[in-house]
Amino acid sequence: MSGYEACAEGALAAGCGFLGYTPIQPSFGIVRRFITRCAETGATFVQMEDEISSLAAVLGAVWTGRKALTVTSGQGFAQMMEHIGLGVMLETPCVIVNVMHDGASEGIPSMPGGGDVMQARWGSHGDYEIIALAPNSPQEMFDLTVEAFSLSERYRTPVVILFDPVLGRMKDSVNIPEAAKIRVEKRKYYKGPKDGYLPYKYDEKDLIPSMVDISQGYRFHVTGLTHDEKGYPVMNDECQEWNVHRLVNKIRLFADKIVRMEEKYLEEADVAVVSYGVVSRDALTAVEAARKEGIKAGYFRLQTVWPFPEKRIAEIAAGIKRFVVPEINFGQISLEVERCSRGRAGVDAVYHAAREVGKPGSILKAIQKTNK
Amino acid sequence: METINTIQEQKHPMDDLLRMDRIPHIWCPGCGIGNAVSAFAEALRKLEYDLDKVVVVSGIGCTGRVAGYIKTDSFHTTHGRAIAFATGIKLGNPDLKVIVISGDGDLVSIGGNHFVHAARRNIDLTVICVNNFIYAMTGGQVAPTTPIPAYTTTSPFGNFEAPANVPQLAEAAGAVYVARWTALHMRRLADSIVEAFNRPGFSVVEVISPCAMYYSRINKLGDGLDMMQFYYNNSIIRHGESTDNLNIDYQKEIIVGKFVDRERPAFSESLNEWLRKDQVE
Repeated sequence: MSGYEACAEGALAAGCGFLGYTPIQPSFGIVRRFITRCAETGATFVQMEDEISSLAAVLGAVWTGRKALTVTSGQGFAQMMEHIGLGVMLETPCVIVNVMHDGASEGIPSMPGGGDVMQARWGSHGDYEIIALAPNSPQEMFDLTVEAFSLSERYRTPVVILFDPVLGRMKDSVNIPEAAKIRVEKRKYYKGPKDGYLPYKYDEKDLIPSMVDISQGYRFHVTGLTHDEKGYPVMNDECQEWNVHRLVNKIRLFADKIVRMEEKYLEEADVAVVSYGVVSRDALTAVEAARKEGIKAGYFRLQTVWPFPEKRIAEIAAGIKRFVVPEINFGQISLEVERCSRGRAGVDAVYHAAREVGKPGSILKAIQKTNK
Repeated sequence: METINTIQEQKHPMDDLLRMDRIPHIWCPGCGIGNAVSAFAEALRKLEYDLDKVVVVSGIGCTGRVAGYIKTDSFHTTHGRAIAFATGIKLGNPDLKVIVISGDGDLVSIGGNHFVHAARRNIDLTVICVNNFIYAMTGGQVAPTTPIPAYTTTSPFGNFEAPANVPQLAEAAGAVYVARWTALHMRRLADSIVEAFNRPGFSVVEVISPCAMYYSRINKLGDGLDMMQFYYNNSIIRHGESTDNLNIDYQKEIIVGKFVDRERPAFSESLNEWLRKDQVE
C-alpha cells in the first residue's frame, strides 16, 4: 500500500475514531483511505471549512473520549498553529499529520518539502514543547502513526507527523500486525469521587494530570488561559510558572523516553550524516557509497525530530570531524545539530532540492569533502 | 445574627447550575451578560435535562467567559472557534447537548465562517450570541454589529461600516431556529433558549445586551439601567418578522421575537444514515 494509506491504517489500528480535515493537497490520500473505512470501524469524520476549525473540532472530539486525527499540508499546517497552542494548554492528546511540500506560501504543492520542521516545533505562540515524528517508508508510516497516537495519549499533547508527498505516494508492502499485538498507551483517566476531580492536579512522577471524558458527571471546566489545578483561570506569574513550566517539563524532562533514532556505521566514523524523512533514504545510499570509497562515513536518522536527540548528537560530535545535514530546506535541523555539537564538529548544511530526491549525489559530494 | 446565618445557609435555586466558587464574576456593573447567564440557567432549570449530558463551549471575550461560570462540563476555547470546537464534541458523542455561548465579535466576525458553515451543515448546536454592539474586552473597538454611526474607540468619527444582521445571517446560512431578545426580556429569552435546546439542528438565540463600560459610555447613552429603559421603550415583539427587516439602527427600535422555526435533517443524523447505507451495500 502507499504511504498515505499506511498512515490512515496506522491511525485506525491505533483506535482513532475521528478525523477532522479540510481538503488540501498533497494529503488527501490519507483522508480517502480513512473515510472509506469509517463505516466498518465506527470512526466518524467531518470536512470542516478550514484548517483552523479542523483542529478545533479534533480537540473537541478528543474530550468525548475518542482518539482523533487531522491531516494537512502547507498553509493548512500554518492555520493549525493556533490550536496546537490550545491542544498543548488543555493537554489534549491528538495527532496532526503534515505532508510537507515546498514553500513558502503555495510554493510547489506537488513537490516534497522539508521547510516545516521548525514550524512544527515553534509555530504556535508562547512557550511549549511538542513531539514530532518523521517516518521514512510506508511501513514506518504505519508504525510511527501508531506510535504518534501512543505518545499523544501518554504525554497528553498534540503529536505531529512530518513527511512529504514522495513518501505518501511510495508503494511498498506494509506489515500490519494483528490488532491484539498493536500497543497504544492508554489515556490516564481519573477514577476518584465525582466532586474530587481536579483537571490539572498532576502526578509528581510524570507531571501528567488525569483526564475525564465529557458526560461522566465531573462537571469540569478547562480553559486556554493560564489555569490552576481546578482548570480555572488565574492571572499571575506564579500560576504561569506552575502551569506552563510543567507543560514544558513533562516532555523536556522525559525526552530520553520519547526520542527514537536509527544509527549505522557510526563507530569510528569521521563524518556523520544526520537526516530524517525521505532525504534519509538518499543519505543512507550516499553513506554506503562513500564507505566503498574508503571514507569513514556514519548514518544517523531522526525518527523523532522533536524532542531533538541533544545528548546523542553531542556524544557523536565528540568523536567525529564533521556533520553533514541534508534537508529539503536551506538549513533548519542543521542549526540544531550545530547547537548540540557545541563547536566540537563542523556542520555542513546541504540543500537537497526536491528534484534531487532519489539521487544521493549532493550528499555524497558533501561527504567527500571530509578527506580533502 | 441568626437570621443572617440562616440566609447564608439557604441554597439559591441556581447554585447547582453555576460555579459558585468562581463568584464574583468579572463582568462590569451594568453589563447584560449576567442576565443572559441567568436566563440560560433558568432555561436549564426548566428543561430538567440531565446536566451531565450538557456541554457549554465559549470563545474569547466578555461573553467568552460564560463557560467558566456554568456548572456543566465546559470549555473556554479560542477566539471565534467555539462553534468548531463544539462541532467536534457533538460529532464525537452525538448524545450530548452542546451549547455555544459567545459574543457577537467572536461568533460573527472572527468566527463568522464557522457560524455560517455549522448552520449550513446543520450541526446540532444551540448558539447563544450576546450582542453588545462592540468589542468590549479588547478595549471598545468597532464590532461587526456596531450600528451606524455609533462611536467606538476605533470609530472616533462614528461607525460607517454596515453592521451584520445576525438573525438574517443565521437564517440565510440554514439555521432551523432563530430568535432575538434583549437582556431585559429575561422570561422570554429563557423560553426561547428552551425551545432552541429542544430543536434538532443549528439554533441561534441573539441577546441584545448593554455594555455600560464602553458602548453606552462612549456614546453618552447612560449606564446599564438607562440602556434597559431604552430596551423597554424601544423593543417591539414581532414574531415571524422577516429577518430582512431586523437591521438594528442606532438608537432606533429593536425588533425582537422568534423569526425562524423550521425542520431540516441534522448533520449527525445524515452522516449516520449514509454510514449505515454504506454498510448494507
